[in-house]
Amino acid sequence: MADATLSQRLRPYRVLLASRARAQMQYRASFVTDILGTVGVGLAEFAEVWVIFHNVDVLGGLDFTAALLVFALSNLAFSLADMFVGHLDQLPRYIRAGQVDAFYVRPLPLLAQLMTSDLSLRRVGRLSVALVALGVALTTADIAWSPATVALIVLTVVSGTAIFSALFTAAGGLQFFLVDGAEFTNAFTYGGSYAAQQSQQVFPDLLRIFWTFVVPTAFVAYIPAVAILGLDDPLAPTWLAWLTPVAGLLAWGIAATCWRLGTRHYQGAGG
Amino acid sequence: MKTFWLLVRAGFRRHSTYRLALLAGMTTNSVFGFIRASILLAALASAGTAIGGYDAPTTIAFVWWGQALLGTVNLWGFAEVKDRVRTGDIAVDFLRPVDPQIAYLAGDLGRAGINLVGRGVPALLLGALLFDMAWPPSAVSWVAGAVSILLAVVVAFSGNFVINLLAFWLVEIRGITLLWMITGGLLCGLYLPVPWFPDWLRTIANWSPFPSMLQNPIDILAGRVVGDDIASAVGVQVFWAVALLALGQVVLRAGRRRLEVQGG
Repeated sequence: MADATLSQRLRPYRVLLASRARAQMQYRASFVTDILGTVGVGLAEFAEVWVIFHNVDVLGGLDFTAALLVFALSNLAFSLADMFVGHLDQLPRYIRAGQVDAFYVRPLPLLAQLMTSDLSLRRVGRLSVALVALGVALTTADIAWSPATVALIVLTVVSGTAIFSALFTAAGGLQFFLVDGAEFTNAFTYGGSYAAQQSQQVFPDLLRIFWTFVVPTAFVAYIPAVAILGLDDPLAPTWLAWLTPVAGLLAWGIAATCWRLGTRHYQGAGG
Repeated sequence: MKTFWLLVRAGFRRHSTYRLALLAGMTTNSVFGFIRASILLAALASAGTAIGGYDAPTTIAFVWWGQALLGTVNLWGFAEVKDRVRTGDIAVDFLRPVDPQIAYLAGDLGRAGINLVGRGVPALLLGALLFDMAWPPSAVSWVAGAVSILLAVVVAFSGNFVINLLAFWLVEIRGITLLWMITGGLLCGLYLPVPWFPDWLRTIANWSPFPSMLQNPIDILAGRVVGDDIASAVGVQVFWAVALLALGQVVLRAGRRRLEVQGG
């Protein structure tokens, strides 16, 4: 197997993902309802932003268009991460039912199997809401377009997805310890997503430090948006926006550590 | 009546077994509380002093009572009854001497009780400790608030119970459950106070049962609704509780006639 090409080595995952995708589309009506459901989730999230701006013109230093850009970038990254690895959420159920052991006897790494055990295509609903919001925000905002802007947007979406995926993976690793306390990790996965959608200026200093350096969701949308729009926030200078991949890498470092600790801790379902 | 109390206590004990889950829920509720409080205070600062009758201390009360009641009131619904309808286990519930709706309501009240004590109150106290929060302005508000919380639990339960019973007619009710959750989450006043909504959305919300599940008790406890308005806020909740419980009985009977259980 030493001379197996990368494409050959990835083949099992391609087959797995394709089978997951086909399975979901078997029940057409159910699949369509699910997609409409996630469109609804995306619209409800947007409604929250919209209702606030119905009452005020500026929130945390951002006008509606700027807030829409932050909303769009964070929702785009979150729904992509949710689609690829969001089902790691199901891990406590697998652990309790003893199904994790079944993954262990197969000749592929556990994390890779779990990630490819599902591909939640229904999340394209929420993804499409985010894409429309991004389109509207980018066309209506006053942006000085340059190749650097485009590069920054692409870099932001990729790194943002990496940051949220890292949070889901770290949460997964911690589930091996928590089991009944699974909801603890929602505080930084879903809580992180909620915080990422906001202008970071609304937070008191301690919380702002937390969402930048501990759970780095400020890098998902707010810091890049400030740079893209050329806004003035002394705590979010333009050069910081280019460090988004660094935040993603650090988050993945922590996620990998959590995952390793978790799987080392796991003793099997017994019997 | 004695059976009812026994079932309430059983529900309380059943859900108090998972202490770590209560602590986890409280932690997550608190994190969301911090984020939401930051956003709403920033909005208030931007608008001036108050929006829709909410100033800073009542807004803080809105946020933390909301987080405290989130685990108490079953906003996100439950799947137990739906699963029992699908597997046919509901037939066993029909054989019992207690009406299934009353039995499940008792269990849910017990669940609500432990979640209020073990998860809601600690989150509320944390919020009150770290923010300048408005307390209920009078003894009347405290008592009416407590009654209102109880009614909110009943309204949310009876609505979800009807949704669960649709499984008698539909193979998969996930889409309907999701629609109920999304509409409910938005209109019940969890994310933002209903008085902040634009007119048309507020009208829709006020004609729906959802504010009775969260906004009404919060309004009373935060002191935004006082005096005679308390009576009408609680009255609306009583209406929805009775209407949805009655609807549940009708649907339950229709489902019972439709039910066919396989096997001996």
